[in-house]
Amino acid sequence: MAILTRRSLLTGGAIGGGLLLSGCDKLASSDGFNHFLGRAEGATYGWQRLIGRQALAQEFAPSEISPAFKANGSKDPDDADYRRHVTQGFAQWQLKIDGLVDRPLSLSLADIRRLPARTQITRHDCVEGWSAIGKWHGPQLGPLLKAAGLKPSARYIVFHCADNYGGEISKGGAQSTGRYYESVDLIDAFHPQTILAHTMNDAPLSVAHGAPLRLRVERQLGYKQAKYLMRIEAVDSFAGMELGKGGYWEDRGYEWYAGI
Amino acid sequence: MATVDQVDRSLAPPSGTRYYRHSVATRICHWINVVCIVVLLGTGLNIFNAHPALYWGQFGADADDAKRWLEIGATDDAAGQPQGMVKVGDVSVRTTGLLGLSTSADGTPQAIGFPSWTTIPSWRDLATGRRWHFFFAWLFILNGLVYLIAAAFSGHLLKDIVPKLRELTPSSVWHDLVEHLKLKFPRGEDAKRYHPLQKIAYGGTVCVLLPLMVLTGLSMSPGFNAAAGGLLPQLFGGRASARSIHFITTNLVVLFVAVHVLMVLLAGPYNQIRSMITGRFDTGTER
Repeated sequence: MAILTRRSLLTGGAIGGGLLLSGCDKLASSDGFNHFLGRAEGATYGWQRLIGRQALAQEFAPSEISPAFKANGSKDPDDADYRRHVTQGFAQWQLKIDGLVDRPLSLSLADIRRLPARTQITRHDCVEGWSAIGKWHGPQLGPLLKAAGLKPSARYIVFHCADNYGGEISKGGAQSTGRYYESVDLIDAFHPQTILAHTMNDAPLSVAHGAPLRLRVERQLGYKQAKYLMRIEAVDSFAGMELGKGGYWEDRGYEWYAGI
Repeated sequence: MATVDQVDRSLAPPSGTRYYRHSVATRICHWINVVCIVVLLGTGLNIFNAHPALYWGQFGADADDAKRWLEIGATDDAAGQPQGMVKVGDVSVRTTGLLGLSTSADGTPQAIGFPSWTTIPSWRDLATGRRWHFFFAWLFILNGLVYLIAAAFSGHLLKDIVPKLRELTPSSVWHDLVEHLKLKFPRGEDAKRYHPLQKIAYGGTVCVLLPLMVLTGLSMSPGFNAAAGGLLPQLFGGRASARSIHFITTNLVVLFVAVHVLMVLLAGPYNQIRSMITGRFDTGTER
């Protein structure tokens, strides 16, 4: 095999590998190609809704709780209004529920603590790959939305947060304000394990984990678990809201459906 | 015209030694699978780099030292110079240049798990890596199902791929191993069937390794885990364990591909690669 020397193999392999990776880099920089590959999100969403629309996330025993639950994203927001609420022990803090609802609500932390609550020990799966088990306690979102009365046109529930995680966008394009926000569909909004947690591991939610109130939507990844909740808004689309993808990380290239 | 005929005849292999080895389904699925595995590997390493540590159990994060069994990172040595390190259990190995600390695509040193030349894209990009990974995971699963169904119905899977019990006896495997080490590859009629080591490698990869990759991958999906009633991650001892097994099986797939490509090169790459394109395999002496 004169034509197949070791050197020609190594050279061929190196050239082939280099072409392959630079070709992939070109495609990874192409908005059109990434948009096309993004169709897989619809397949994943449709399939998971088909086989487990109302399925419950696994719940764990108290002995399985992580000794140290990692805090990620904003851990100590420096927004002036939020600092004031922290100083006041959230006595003046109000959660607004508005948008496409018949009866907008405004609830104090004391109001929320008085509501019937669900306790769940669940696993938090970060998009980065780590995970932690914690115990969450707070009212279910569904009954609150029923009390506010969703209009028939409402399709998504948006969670507006107090923290600004930075406006720069890793991949260029239009600038967003950097305000953290998230959203879910009505299936997850009315799912029994979707709660507004004010208590974590039997203690009031700490600032690092999103005090005074954070969303738990247990069948999706960590970036959906919006912290520092200020306002819950029912909408029919994300058009005109920040970069229009339905969430802070979604505006930066991550999938809106974070069930995988 | 007569000269052309003569030339043709002299270039052609001895008549009657070619036979139809690979069905059209096998050939198409094989090459789609090549694309999928290359992309899944490169994007998977990019995703791994977002948290280059592995744990055993239900969960695992920065503070869970007792559960961590593998960590790739960069630390400063005694002279204050950053060094790439791989820590497996209690053993640390310096891996500067390859793992933990390597040269980025623009030539500057960077602290990163796997180096930029192994990842897709070559820069650190979890969002793009994930988007590509899940698109090609869907393609990989659908392609794999087409192959398995076609191969099961045609009898190819049980007849040619899955090893028979008598082929797994120590003497049979030993004999085949010696033949491989002598680089003696079957010729003639004997080359029309797969031999024990080939069957173990192909059958093990197709029926065990690749399905394990899919199941451990799905075990990391909170949505799929809920739909599966918690069965899936528990099968592997929890989500952190499933992520570890996903990484280990990835290494085994890379090992399979390396040996597979080496064997193709040693056994006659022209004949081997042609047979996976046209289906025709030559059992003669041609390489």
